[in-house]
Amino acid sequence: MSSTARSLPVEQEPDLGGTEKERSELDRAWRERSGFLGLLASADHKTIGKRYIVTAFGFFVLGGLEALAMRLQLARPENRFLNPDLYDQIFTMHGTTMMFFFAVPVMLGIGLYFVPLMVGTRNVPFPRLNAVGYWFYLIGGVYLYSSFFANGGPDAGWFDYVPLAGSEFSSGHRVDAWVQIINFTEVSALIVASSLIVTVFKQRAPGMSLNRIPLFVWSILVTMIMVIFAMPAVIFAAGSLNSDRTIGTHFFNAAEGGDALLWQHSFWFFGHPEVYIIFLPALGMVATILSASCRREVFGYTAIVLSLVSTGFLGFGLWVHHMFATGLPQMGQSFFTAASLMIAIPTGVQLFCWIATIWGSRPRLEPHLLFVLGFFFIFVIGGLTGLMLASVPLDLQVHDTFFVVGHLHYVLIGGAVFPLLGALYYWFPKMTGRFLGRRLAFFTFGFLFLGFNLTFFPMHELGFMGMPRRVYTYLPEKGWGPLNLLSTIGAGLIAVAILLFFVNVVRSLRRGARAGMNPWGAETLEWATESPPPVYNFGRLPVVSSRSPLWEEKELPVVTGLRTDRRELLVTHALDGTPSHREEVPGPSALPLIISITMSIGLIGSVFAVLWLPAGALASIPPALAWYWTEDEP
Amino acid sequence: MRRTGRGSCAALFLFAAGCRGVYSTLDPATREAARITTLHWVMYWMCAAFFVAMMTVLAVAVSRQRRSETPEGDRRRSVSVAVAAGISTGLLLVLLAASVVTGHANVAPAGAKALEIEVIGHQWWWEVRYPARSSAHDVTTANEIHVPVGRAVRLQLSSGDVIHSFWVPNLHGKKDLIPGRRTSQVFHVEKEGTFRGQCAEFCGYQHAHMGLVVFAESPRLFEAWLDRQRRLASEPAGGAERHGREVFLSSPCVLCHTIRGGGAFGHKAPDLTHLASRTTIASATLPNTPGHLAGWVTDPQSIKPGNRMPPNILAANDLDDLVSYLRSLR
Repeated sequence: MSSTARSLPVEQEPDLGGTEKERSELDRAWRERSGFLGLLASADHKTIGKRYIVTAFGFFVLGGLEALAMRLQLARPENRFLNPDLYDQIFTMHGTTMMFFFAVPVMLGIGLYFVPLMVGTRNVPFPRLNAVGYWFYLIGGVYLYSSFFANGGPDAGWFDYVPLAGSEFSSGHRVDAWVQIINFTEVSALIVASSLIVTVFKQRAPGMSLNRIPLFVWSILVTMIMVIFAMPAVIFAAGSLNSDRTIGTHFFNAAEGGDALLWQHSFWFFGHPEVYIIFLPALGMVATILSASCRREVFGYTAIVLSLVSTGFLGFGLWVHHMFATGLPQMGQSFFTAASLMIAIPTGVQLFCWIATIWGSRPRLEPHLLFVLGFFFIFVIGGLTGLMLASVPLDLQVHDTFFVVGHLHYVLIGGAVFPLLGALYYWFPKMTGRFLGRRLAFFTFGFLFLGFNLTFFPMHELGFMGMPRRVYTYLPEKGWGPLNLLSTIGAGLIAVAILLFFVNVVRSLRRGARAGMNPWGAETLEWATESPPPVYNFGRLPVVSSRSPLWEEKELPVVTGLRTDRRELLVTHALDGTPSHREEVPGPSALPLIISITMSIGLIGSVFAVLWLPAGALASIPPALAWYWTEDEP
Repeated sequence: MRRTGRGSCAALFLFAAGCRGVYSTLDPATREAARITTLHWVMYWMCAAFFVAMMTVLAVAVSRQRRSETPEGDRRRSVSVAVAAGISTGLLLVLLAASVVTGHANVAPAGAKALEIEVIGHQWWWEVRYPARSSAHDVTTANEIHVPVGRAVRLQLSSGDVIHSFWVPNLHGKKDLIPGRRTSQVFHVEKEGTFRGQCAEFCGYQHAHMGLVVFAESPRLFEAWLDRQRRLASEPAGGAERHGREVFLSSPCVLCHTIRGGGAFGHKAPDLTHLASRTTIASATLPNTPGHLAGWVTDPQSIKPGNRMPPNILAANDLDDLVSYLRSLR
């Protein structure tokens, strides 16, 4: 299956695209199946990455509509637009959708699309498993929204605190829907994480030693390692809640020796790292955009990598700051205050390094840079309000108020959505071969920046005025009306911005200006191939000898000796990126879809009767056998 | 943090009224809340200064027209980044120290002379008890708490169902009420006034309307109030009130409500022994007037959808007399 290739000849061959013959062979070897069934069988990391991104934006729209409904309800006191039953479902769906179905998957999708390109390989190591990840994510989302539209949307919050989310206070299947989608989304995240970690460690282009990995790839690597450690905590938590609800265990039942706080610990042990799982890829995007805009390497590469890694570690030491009001011992609280303040240091170091990158570079003011500047403004505010939340006494005042709603949107929209939109503007030419409209992008930014601040800035004030979160209405005499109205108007502006963004995407897909291989003059390997890249990414795999291969080398040297008539990947050593051996990966297949469906039947069916679980497992055996069978085909 | 009370009130002068008042975290009435407010402003100004400095440097960096690529420039940038990181770390240590000192002062034990009050959270109302040496003198009320100025108050918090969180912004930060656990909160009220609070942990349908009122009074007024609350319910004085009591005792009301001395012993809903002495009903959602009381008794579900009180279909004169009786429970 593999052969030693340490002595693969590295030639000074100018053509990264390869010869005509090689390309037609590669085309045939890596071809995706055609037709509708072919769509269901795809195993290309770019196709699957794009599917994640498009699907995530679909959920983003749903979550956004839910947000608009909430803003309309809160626009004036004692409004009767939504009743509490619907409001509780909607705020739960909004949080669940945005966290599990938009923010994380969209970052996974971008990682899946660009990491293999940026490290110079042809595909992820487990393409079929990777496809399972996407189908799981899609089926989970469809299941959640089917429940919601059948008046069965979860209604105990995206955090599902017990005992409110337990069977005594939430009977019926509403909370069960939340519990099950955790399995779907987290398994999908774990699959992407294992694919990308192996890609980064074992499939980098020859010469790409650890200290030459692009910063975006570093950010994804750290994020994926965080996924591996964080997701099992929430799967455990949701599994325990599930068995409390369905088979009467007592993990969280205080009356039977369980503990309601156990839920909060295990949920937030996942929940806080989750924020960094969303935020770290965005940091990588910011670094990528800055180096292209400033036409120089990002300042302080080593410092930024160490900051990313230490953020990954510290991110696991903060979860208790979500629980300061539960009455934990003072000493323990001080520890978590210190950790929560400390995580500002690596983030600060990155911000300083980026300003140093911009300093004296005369950056080009393209829309993607504008989104990054918007990120600076908004994220720094969000980070500073985060410091207030880290302080126990202050947190006890503003915890669970609209101040926190303001803070978390400053961090997540400012820290992740602004860089994300910038990155999409930046990478759209690579993904589609066409530019996004520049003028519309400027308008999108303008409306979003204005609308965002108008919506979320007043929320901080509302928190100080005593407005708790998750209230479906409020009494007029409390005086929260005017600021809430302002906030609702801002939400309208955000909707306009998002609409403009979609108009831009749709128009540009058909009529956008054509983009060449490297329209921004950027440094990393994804710009060394056509736009959009061929299914095999590179005609010949590149060899790199610096951090900025496209700037340092006139012509990239390439690897020869890989077979072009089979799906072969080049496996390299983790530390220094020297070639090790060739590895063949499987091609497109419908089996991932089939096995995802059989397993989903088991998981979703178990909500209604436990016996569905073994039934689903049994039904998964034939496709699993078929999967192993085909694995050994030449 | 370019927001917060004074700062954004200056910017949003229209809403300046919101910075003071009965829900504000920045208008402290206790020693504890005052400490938090001080810490708030320390953090606010430090963070505001940091934000302005950072944005200024960023604006200069973006708008500078000269492109420089010299080793000298690289070294200067390294030094600047290191200095900025050092200053930030220093500021964080100051914040940490301020926070820990404040937090430590705010959890000092209350001492033996503290007034003990038990608060039990229910979906969606607050049970309030003032335990006495003999249980015959215990006071039980709901949703309205009276406390004396100048004496330490210790709240013993627990929950009857799901997690709630006790929060009166003028008095102190939040403390959760967790099933199977006991938590407590201590504060020293320093000025008289009426303060409003609300449950701060999502607890189901009527989380939004789980309010409470705190009356901080002089010790003399407080003792007088407590004495009145210890008494049994007054006997109905007139015919209407007597009929009202019969209506009460012959309806489902008795299954959930208690009227000490009035023959009702339910334990699922607020104690009504001195209902008329309270200023609000329905967990500080409606003012305690005859009209609101009649509306609440008749159709509580349209006022607070999902709450535990069923509607009561009563003949017009029965309802009038019931309200008269409830209004007589001073």
